[in-house]
Amino acid sequence: MLDGRGSVKRRAGARLWLSAGWLAVLVLAALLAPWITPKDPLAQDLFLGRLPPFWETGAEPGYYLGTDSLGRDVLSRILYGARLALIVALVAGSITCLLGAGLGLLAGFLRGWVDVLISRFIDIWMAFPPVLFSILLIAVIGPGLGSIILAIVIIDWTRFARVVRAEAMAQGAMDYVASARVAGRGRLGIMLREILPNVLPTIVVLLTLEMGIAVIVEAILSFVNLSISTDDPTWGGMIAEGRAAVYQAWWVLVFPLITLFLTVLSFSQLGEGLKDRFDPVLR
Amino acid sequence: MSYLEIDRLSVRLRGGGPLLRQVSLTVAAGEVRGLVGESGAGKSMIGKAVLGILPRSTEITAGRIVLDGVDLLTLPPAERRRRIGATCALIPQDPLTALNPSRRIGPQITDRLVDILGWPRVRAEARARELLAEVYIPDPERVMRSYPHELSGGMRQRILIASAFAAEPKLIVADEPTTALDVTVQKQILKLIKEMQERHGTALLFVTHDLGVVSKVCQSLSVLYAGLVVEDCAVRDFFRAPGHAYSAALLAATPKYTDAVASLTPVPDTVIAAVRAEVAAADRRMSHG
Repeated sequence: MLDGRGSVKRRAGARLWLSAGWLAVLVLAALLAPWITPKDPLAQDLFLGRLPPFWETGAEPGYYLGTDSLGRDVLSRILYGARLALIVALVAGSITCLLGAGLGLLAGFLRGWVDVLISRFIDIWMAFPPVLFSILLIAVIGPGLGSIILAIVIIDWTRFARVVRAEAMAQGAMDYVASARVAGRGRLGIMLREILPNVLPTIVVLLTLEMGIAVIVEAILSFVNLSISTDDPTWGGMIAEGRAAVYQAWWVLVFPLITLFLTVLSFSQLGEGLKDRFDPVLR
Repeated sequence: MSYLEIDRLSVRLRGGGPLLRQVSLTVAAGEVRGLVGESGAGKSMIGKAVLGILPRSTEITAGRIVLDGVDLLTLPPAERRRRIGATCALIPQDPLTALNPSRRIGPQITDRLVDILGWPRVRAEARARELLAEVYIPDPERVMRSYPHELSGGMRQRILIASAFAAEPKLIVADEPTTALDVTVQKQILKLIKEMQERHGTALLFVTHDLGVVSKVCQSLSVLYAGLVVEDCAVRDFFRAPGHAYSAALLAATPKYTDAVASLTPVPDTVIAAVRAEVAAADRRMSHG
C-alpha cells in the first residue's frame, strides 16, 4: 500500500518536472532568442539551401538542424517561433480561462435565470463549426496576433464554461455550502471562498490543456497562412513550408513538428502533474 | 416563552404539490425537539426552512417562523441572514461533504467567528482549540492544520459539532447527524451532542428517523406524515402511550433485540389510509383558507 502510493507520487513528480522542464527551456529560448540563436532566422542564402542537420554528410558548421529551401537556419527559426507560440498560449489561454471559468462559475453556482441565460448561450455558441468560424473571423478582421488570440478565445471559452459550471453545480449541492449559508456568508463569499478552491484543480488542468490547444490552433492558422505576417517564423508556417519539400529536406518539416508535439504534450502533462501535486484530496 | 415558534408553515414545490402542510411546533430555550417520520415526510424541510436554506425548487406559501420573538419571514433577506447566522447553526447529515475538502480544518471553524461575528483571529483560534478539546479530539493543534480527507468520518462529525457550537448559538438544527456514521460511532456522537447541548443550554431541533435516538436525546417530539404533523407530544408520553394510531404503528415497527425478524412489522394499511385521509382533510382546510 505504502509502496504503491510512493510510486504513484514519484511518477507524478517525474511527469511534472519533465513537462515543466521542457516548457522552461522554451520560455528561456523565447526570451533569449536574439542572443542565443546561431543565425539570423530571416537571413536567406540560396547557396546554403536545404543543408542537412549536423550529423549527416554535407552539413555546414553552425547550421545545427539544417536549413530550409531558402537557406534559413531551422534551429534559429524554431527558437524565434517559440516566442509567438508561447505568447499565444499564455495570453489566449488566460483570457479564455478567465472568461469561460467565470461564466461557468456564475451559472453553476447562482443557477436560476443566470444559468438559463449562460447555458443557452453556450449551446447556441457551440452550434457554430469552430474551425470555419475562426477562419471566417480572421478573414474579416484580418490576420495578426490579436486576431489569433481573439479567435481562440471566441471558440474555446465554452470548453471552460461547461466543465466549470458542472463542477460548481456539484460543489454547490454539498453540505459545506449549506453550512456556510447558515453562518451568514453571502453568495459572492461562498462562490469565491468555498466553491472556487474546489474547482481550481479542474481549472488548472483545463488552462494548461487550453494553452496546448492554443499552440496547435496558432500552428493551424499559420499552416493555412492566416497567422501573423509571413516574415516572422512560426512553427505552423515552417511545417507548411517543409511539407512542400519533405522528400528532399525532411528536417524542415520534422523538427518544428517535434517541437510542437513536445510543447503541446508538456502543457497537458503539466496540468495533470500540478493537479496530482496540489489537489489536497488526491495528495 | 418558546425560543422558536413555527406557526402553520406551508411549503410547496414550485409549480407542484405541498411538502409541508401547516406545520406548527415550538422549541423552548434549551429544549430538544425530535422530528420523526418516514423518508420524504418533510422532517429535513422544517429544519431547512428555519435556517433559510430551502432548495430553490421550493417555496414557502404561508405561515410564520418566529425566532426569539421576531418573524423571520417578514425580515428583509440580509437582516434574516444576519440574524440566523448569529443565533443558529447546523449539524449536517453527511460529515464527508460537510467540510470543505480543499481548506484546512482550523479556518473552517474560525472563519465564521472572524468574518461574521467580528472576533479577533487569535481569540477565534483559541476558541476553536478549546472546542475541539471539548469534543474529545486529541491534539487539536494538529487537527486544525489537517485537511478533511485526512480524518475519519467520526472525527469529522466531532469537528462539525464543535463548529456548530463555536459561536454559542441559541438553536441548532441537527439533520440526521448520525445516519451516515458506523453504528459503533453513532452512539458516541449521540452522547456527545447531548452532552454539548446540556452544557451550553442550546435548543436543538433533532431530525431523525430513529425512535431509539429520540428516546435518548429528545424531550418533545413531532411525528410527521406527508408534511403533516400527526402528533406533537412529550417524549415520555409518546413511549408510554402514543396519541395517534400512526405513531403507535411507527413505534411498533421498531425492531426489537429479542426477536428482530418477527418484530419488523410494517405500518398497517388501515393506519396509512386513515392518516392519508387526514392529509386530504388538511389540504381541503388549506385551500379554503
